[in-house]
Amino acid sequence: MINDFTIQVATVNGSGSQTANATLVDALFHMGLPVNAKNVFPSNIKGLPTWYSIRVSGEGFTARRDDPEILVAFNAKTLDEDLRALPPGGVMFYPDHLKPAAPRDDVSLYALPANAIMKEQEVDVKFRDRMANLVYVGALAQVLGIEMTAIHDYLTRNFAGKPKVVGANYDIAVAAFEWCAVNLTKTDPYTLRRMDATAGKILIDGNTAAALGAIYGGCTVVSWYPITPATSLAEGLIEWMPKLRQDSETGKATFAIVQAEDELAAIGMLVGAGWAGARAMTSTSGPGLSLMAEFAGYAYFAEVPLVIWNVQRMGPSTGLPTRVSQGDLLSTYYLSHGDTRHVILLPATPAECFEFGWRAFDIADELQTPVFVNSDLDLGMNAWMSEPFTYPEQPMKRGKVLSAEDIVALGGRFGRYQDEDGSGVGPRTLPGNDAMGAAYFTRGTGHTELATYSERPEDWQRNLARLDRKHEHARTVVPEPVVSGEGADTGIIAMGSTHPAIVEGRVMLEREGVDTDSLRVRALPFSPAVRAFIAAHERTVVVEMNQHGQLAILLRTEYPEFATRILSVAHCDGLPLTGAFVAARVKAALPSPTRPEEVNA
Amino acid sequence: MTSPAPSNPAPARPAALNSAGLAKNDYKGLPSTLCPGCGHDSISSRIIDAAYALGLRPHMVLKLSGIGCSSKSPAYFLNGSHGINTVHGRMPSVTTGALLAQRGHTAIAVSGDGDTGSIGIGQFKHAVRRNVPMVYIIENNGVYGLTKGQFSATADQGQTLKYIGTNDLPALDLCAEAILAGAGFVARSFAGDAKQVTELLKAALSYKGIAVLDIISPCVTFNNHDESTKSYGYGKAHEVPIHDITFVPEFDEIRVDYEPGEVLSVRLHDGPTVQLRKLGRDYDPRSRLSALALLEGARHGGELLTGLLYLDETRPTLLDTQHVHDTPLALLPEALTRPSPQSLADVMRQFG
Repeated sequence: MINDFTIQVATVNGSGSQTANATLVDALFHMGLPVNAKNVFPSNIKGLPTWYSIRVSGEGFTARRDDPEILVAFNAKTLDEDLRALPPGGVMFYPDHLKPAAPRDDVSLYALPANAIMKEQEVDVKFRDRMANLVYVGALAQVLGIEMTAIHDYLTRNFAGKPKVVGANYDIAVAAFEWCAVNLTKTDPYTLRRMDATAGKILIDGNTAAALGAIYGGCTVVSWYPITPATSLAEGLIEWMPKLRQDSETGKATFAIVQAEDELAAIGMLVGAGWAGARAMTSTSGPGLSLMAEFAGYAYFAEVPLVIWNVQRMGPSTGLPTRVSQGDLLSTYYLSHGDTRHVILLPATPAECFEFGWRAFDIADELQTPVFVNSDLDLGMNAWMSEPFTYPEQPMKRGKVLSAEDIVALGGRFGRYQDEDGSGVGPRTLPGNDAMGAAYFTRGTGHTELATYSERPEDWQRNLARLDRKHEHARTVVPEPVVSGEGADTGIIAMGSTHPAIVEGRVMLEREGVDTDSLRVRALPFSPAVRAFIAAHERTVVVEMNQHGQLAILLRTEYPEFATRILSVAHCDGLPLTGAFVAARVKAALPSPTRPEEVNA
Repeated sequence: MTSPAPSNPAPARPAALNSAGLAKNDYKGLPSTLCPGCGHDSISSRIIDAAYALGLRPHMVLKLSGIGCSSKSPAYFLNGSHGINTVHGRMPSVTTGALLAQRGHTAIAVSGDGDTGSIGIGQFKHAVRRNVPMVYIIENNGVYGLTKGQFSATADQGQTLKYIGTNDLPALDLCAEAILAGAGFVARSFAGDAKQVTELLKAALSYKGIAVLDIISPCVTFNNHDESTKSYGYGKAHEVPIHDITFVPEFDEIRVDYEPGEVLSVRLHDGPTVQLRKLGRDYDPRSRLSALALLEGARHGGELLTGLLYLDETRPTLLDTQHVHDTPLALLPEALTRPSPQSLADVMRQFG
């Protein structure tokens, strides 16, 4: 079995396996192998089981798989259960001081002298737990064929300027590598061979990509509050903003990042900054989004541009804070009270996280409204292969902002909420505009086209009708869906990070003789292309990661004429989708072949 | 015999212009919709007076508020300023964001005791903690007016309201809360004392960081009973100024018209000065501990102590600690807010 299997590393949370696992992934990537890594970790600081899953696929698939062939069992508490789950022909690497309760003879068992190596390398007792992880790195390198130079390269980059740390870690890997060469007889069929499938590519997580995108989108004000799995997005901004956005002449920051006291304050600061003309953003997750609801409705109604990244985790309530879900679609779309509908972008890859990172600001400014970007834990926190990011192709779009000259030309009067071109978007001015008549008053209460307070029914209705026109206009402003396929009867609709599983699932179906087309929704409100896709297929299977099929619900609501041909396949257990799940469930959703006795005479 | 009407009436006297070349009318707002006699309206008038006296340019002023009777006020002054009426209790965060985006503006934020002391106490304390450069006015009447008469967090313990019953809880002292959270300018006044409110406002508008003004502003409809410490009657009877306060703009000659030893002159940032004349109390507003002790003493004595309670000029503002660019962030050119294509290529190499 060459270049096509999954390695699962089981360790104890907080034991420092991050370096070892990152070393493996990076080494495989630099051997030119398509690789994807997923960290399945508990909501805990130390002590609970954590699994790190590394998939190598010569064919380039990056979705999760259910049955890892290779197990690194470095957690005593889960060793027996993990071993039981190993498929026949699988492999288990484990430290020799852990004894499996029920060893299996249909798998290869490699016991590694982890403690002996640590002693021999004279590792300080307080670092032993942490550095013992390098033992499995060296052993996997020997048994599977990972190049030691690639391991050394990663350690050198990761511990730049600390040659002693590099040496100490590498020496352990080498000791394990050499011990395996002398003492292990390879009985498993798994091998890695250098390829050139990753040349020119990068390895990056979605949250870092989103942070970089925002920086290239001219984000100037960030306000945030810590929450898993959105924190690393804000931390990406904190890391990269000073490097990329310091004015070289003055040394002053062209941005401000504030850690707010809570999510209500975080979005409040965005409202103030967006109102005053800055490009403002935050990153949060479900519970934080709930707290932002009131201000989200305010910003929608007062028409203040701002950007909110919702890196989704599993709810309701505290739910599974470190597991993935796409369960916030409905709550985000309608966030707040009254008749509120928001614009949502749905990235599926780090490259899209980068693109939507900057594009979200253009859309928010153009539509003068909050723009939500619904990413998720799998996309946001895991490392993905990606093409390098593309520089924004056009200058920033600031939308309808009137200058002092514009106001003078208009005779000192402008209609803040006047719809002159049918787009539903009126002109605005920014504080500091010194033309007489430029100032206006923003409020969440009923208002006229001139932004004056009004409770008149006709003013209220006119305003809401205009907001509806703006929502229709948004369909033509947001990113178009991505469609692939060649006219099959069955269409698959999905969004976000389920993308790799859809790709692999379609290949599996094709191998079974089932052709499908697919459409990946990239934004709400739906583009007209979504309706066209549903109309062109006999049936559409909507695949998503939540309990109630929220995307399917929205599609049926939007296109009631097609409601019966919109089928829902929803997956909701906290783990990313697999290709096998997609293939099996789409197949199950197809009509069974008509039996002869059912044919009318 | 009546004198005939003049056939050639004298031309109206031209309005007096201030240092910004504007007349007082240029600082007016829309007609108020608050109850006639509301203390909040007199505060609006004082804001107009102070802004006119200081020669503020309205387009460089931001008006902000939350929700409640008080929060309607920004509509009633400075029509030429951008204003925003936000959500209940969360004006401080909106002001923070607005000033991060548009430094150089003077922010006049108006809140109430419910808006600040109850739903908004967290944001209030954090805005103070960050030292957001703003004038934070609390129009304090101890009652929710817009929802027709419920207790706020500054309502008197033991007070009774018709539908709500008796308030069993002690009142929050928002000045003490501000001092504890680190505010550098904390004052208390009474809406009925026009001169003091105006002088405090002028000083607050000239202060570099957050200036908190807790102004007792009687609610004529729901809380103007004589037993209420937020009523006109109580205010008039128990108002005790801790000093006479005079604000001297930097362009005026500083007059020393009191005997030496009786006047404390505190120079604010950029030159203006606050002169405090002792009224029989040996009080220096530059001590946090004294300020808190004074408030505690007043609470026990049932006094409404008014004046500048605490002043500290040394705290850096949020804009200082953030090292925010001199050009407002909202107005930076794209060349400064979108890094170069080369920089992206360099970043990408680090992930390759």
